[in-house]
Amino acid sequence: MSRKRFKVAAVASALLLAVTACSQGSTTKQPDAGSSQSSGPAHIKIAYQQWGPGVVMKNFLAGVKSEYEAAHPGSQVEIVPVVASENDYYTKIQLMMRSPNTAPDIVYEDTFLINSDITAGYLKPLDDYIAKWDQWSQFEDTAKGAARGQDGKTYGVPDGTDTRALWYNKQIFAKAGLPADWQPKTWDDVLSAARTIKQKVPGVIPFNMYSGKPMGEASAMQGFEMLLYGTKDTLYNYDQKKWVVGSQGFKDSLNFVKTVFSEGLAPSPKDALSPNMGSKVGTELLPQQKLAIDLDGSWIYGNWLKSGAKPWPQWSTVLGQTAMPTQDGSGKGKVSLSGGWTWAIPAKSKNPDAAWDFIKTLQTQKNAAKYATDGAQIAVRKDVASDAAYKSSSASTQFFTDLVSVTVYRPALPEYPKVSNEIITAMESVMTGQTSPDNAAKNYDQAVEGIVGGKDKTTTQSTGQ
Amino acid sequence: MTTTVAPTSATAPSGKSPGGSGKPKAAKLVRMLPLSPAIGLMLVFLAGPILYCVYAAFTNMALTGTGAANVKFVGLDNFRKAFSSGAFTNAIWLTLVFTLISAIIGQNSLGLGLALLMRKSTKVVRNFVGTAVIGAWVLPEVVAAYLLSAFFNDDGTLNVMLRAVGLPGQDWLYAAPIIAVSLANIWRGTAFSMLVYSAALSEIPKEIEESAEMDGAGGWRRLAFVTLPMITRAIMTNLMLITLQTLSVFGLIFAMTRGGPGTKSQTLPLYMYEQAFSFSQIGYGTAIALVMLAIGAVFSLIYLRGLNSEAA
Repeated sequence: MSRKRFKVAAVASALLLAVTACSQGSTTKQPDAGSSQSSGPAHIKIAYQQWGPGVVMKNFLAGVKSEYEAAHPGSQVEIVPVVASENDYYTKIQLMMRSPNTAPDIVYEDTFLINSDITAGYLKPLDDYIAKWDQWSQFEDTAKGAARGQDGKTYGVPDGTDTRALWYNKQIFAKAGLPADWQPKTWDDVLSAARTIKQKVPGVIPFNMYSGKPMGEASAMQGFEMLLYGTKDTLYNYDQKKWVVGSQGFKDSLNFVKTVFSEGLAPSPKDALSPNMGSKVGTELLPQQKLAIDLDGSWIYGNWLKSGAKPWPQWSTVLGQTAMPTQDGSGKGKVSLSGGWTWAIPAKSKNPDAAWDFIKTLQTQKNAAKYATDGAQIAVRKDVASDAAYKSSSASTQFFTDLVSVTVYRPALPEYPKVSNEIITAMESVMTGQTSPDNAAKNYDQAVEGIVGGKDKTTTQSTGQ
Repeated sequence: MTTTVAPTSATAPSGKSPGGSGKPKAAKLVRMLPLSPAIGLMLVFLAGPILYCVYAAFTNMALTGTGAANVKFVGLDNFRKAFSSGAFTNAIWLTLVFTLISAIIGQNSLGLGLALLMRKSTKVVRNFVGTAVIGAWVLPEVVAAYLLSAFFNDDGTLNVMLRAVGLPGQDWLYAAPIIAVSLANIWRGTAFSMLVYSAALSEIPKEIEESAEMDGAGGWRRLAFVTLPMITRAIMTNLMLITLQTLSVFGLIFAMTRGGPGTKSQTLPLYMYEQAFSFSQIGYGTAIALVMLAIGAVFSLIYLRGLNSEAA
C-alpha cells in the first residue's frame, strides 16, 4: 500500500509545482512609505523602456541626471532601463510598482495605460505639487487631460504627444508612376497605390501597418484604430457611456487588414508578427528603401537624426507624408490618433518629493525643447511649440503638428488596455487567415461584453465621441 | 553514458508500511519533533503558494485596473469565462494534440523501440545512439528550442534536405506549428523514455525469454506476450511522468513560436501566460492553471488504474 500512497503523493506534488508557477505576490495596498524627505540628498530611481537600438531617451536622461546631481549635491539618480517590448514593459513596471522594495521613484507611463494604473492604485496624485509649479500653465489643456484620472486628479506630467499618418517613399512612387504629391482620398486609393507598387516595383513591400499581438498597443492604435476612426464607428460611445460592439466599421477595418495581408501588399504575416517589427521598419525597411508606404507615427524620423539609431539625412527628400484618409472620404476626410507618454510617481515611491524635483528638471523649457527635438515629439508646452528651433527641427514637424486639428484620443478609461488586447487578438487571427473578419469581430464583441461586465454595458450605436 | 536514471518504482522492494505497529502516541509525537522544521518550511513555501493560487483563481485579481486595487471574490466567473471562450477551447484541444503526438505516441514508442533495439545491438552502436539521444535531453531547453527553430525554419536544415531529394518544403513553424513543436518535443524528450525502458528491460531475467524461445515463440510473439507484460509497470510509470511533463511544456513552445502564428500552437501553459502576464489578468490565468491541474489529474488517475489492475 505504501508504494501506492507514495506514487499518489509524487504525482500530486508534480502537478502542484506546475500551478505554483502562476502564483505571485500579495496585492494588499500599503500606506505610502516614507512620505516626506524633501530636503537633503536622496537616491532616485527612474524606470523607462529601452527596446531596440534607439538611445535618444537614454542620452536625454543621462544629461538631465548630471544636471540634477550638480544642482543637488549628494543626490544620486539611478536610471533603470527596463529592457522589454511594449506589452512586457507594462507588465514589468506593474510588477515593480506593487512593492515598496522594488517600486521606482519615477516611472515613464504611456497615456494608454495610465488610467488603468491609476485605478490600480499604483500612482500618486500630483495635484499638490502641480499647484505650486509655475510651469504647469505652459502645458496645452489637452495634454494636461492626458494623465487625469476619473477622480479628476492629475497623475502624470506629459513630455510630448504624437500624431499618425502615412509615410511614403517618393522614389519608389516615381518608379511605379505614382504622383510625388500623393493625396489618397479613400481606403481604396491607398490599396490601389499599394497594388500598383506590387505590380511595378518588385522586391519592395508596398504597404506596412502594424498588426497582431507582438507589436502590442502599436498594432491597436497605429494599425487598427487609424482605420476604425475613419469609418462611421468608434470604440466607445461617450453619450451613452458604453463600449461599442457589433459595428460595421469594426468588420470593415478587419477586412482591410485581411486584404493587405492576403494580397501580399503588407510584409508576410510571419515577419509582421516579430516583436522587432517596429525598429525594423524604422532602421531597416524605410532607410533601405524596401518599403513604399508606412502607416506610422510622427516620431519615426527620430531614428534618422544624427542622434538616432540609423542616421539617414536624405529622409526629408526621399519620404513624403500624407494624411490617412477616411474609409470613403467622408467626415473630415482624414484621420489621426494621438497618444504620448508621461512622467509619473508611483504610490510606493520612497522619495516622492525628490522625484518631483527631478520631474521639474526634466520639464524645464530647455530640456523639454531638447527632448521634443531629439525624440521627434509633438510639443505639449506652448513655449516649446512656438520655439523657432523646434518648428524648423524637421521637415515633417509642421505637417504632423497640423494634424492635431483632426486628431482623436483613445478612450481614457481603465478598461481600455483590456479592450486593446482583444483588438490585437482579432487582428492577428485575421492576418494569419485563422478566422474570418466576421467571426473575429464576433469574438471581440463577446470578449468586450465580458470585460465591461455584460451586454447592458455595451451598445451598437457609435454616435458621439 | 552514465546519466542518472530515474528509478522505476516498479522494481523497488515493497516493505510493510512503517508506523502502523501500535507504538504509544507520545513516542510518535516525540519522533515527529525533529521533522517539524522541515514540515513547517514545506507548508510555508509549497502549500502556501498553492492555497494562494486556489484563492486567486476565484478572484478578479489583475496587474492593473480595478482588479489590482480591490481584489474581489468573483465565484466561478473565471471558469465560466474560460469554458465559453473559443481561445480556451482551442488551447485545450492543442494541448491534447501536443500531448498525444509528442508524449504518448512519439516519446513513448520511440523510447521503447530504441531501448529494445539497443539491447540487441553491439556496444559501439549502443554507445553512439545513447550519446546522441541523451545529448538532446541534456541540452538546456532554450538552446534546444533555438536549434530546432533553425532546423524547421523556412531556409532551415529540414527544408534543405527535403528539397535536395526533390520533395517540396514548407514553412513548418508557420504552416504547421503544432506539428513542428510536437516533433521538437519528441526529439528532446525521447531519451527519458529510452532510459526508463532500458532499465526495465534489463530487469527481465534471460531465462524467461529463453524458455519462451524454446517453446517456439517468434520475435513479435515474445515481445507481445513476454516482454511487454513484464514491463507494464514501467510503461505506466513512464507514461504518467512524460504526460505530466508534456502537459506543462512552456519554454520550448514559447521560444519556438510564442504560441503563434495566431493561436495555432497556443497550448494551455502559453494561454495561461498570455492571459496572466501579457494581458495582466492574474485571476483568470490562475483559474486556467487549476484546469491544467484537473487535466493532469485525470491522466494520472487513468495510469494509476492501469498500475493497480496489473498489480492485482
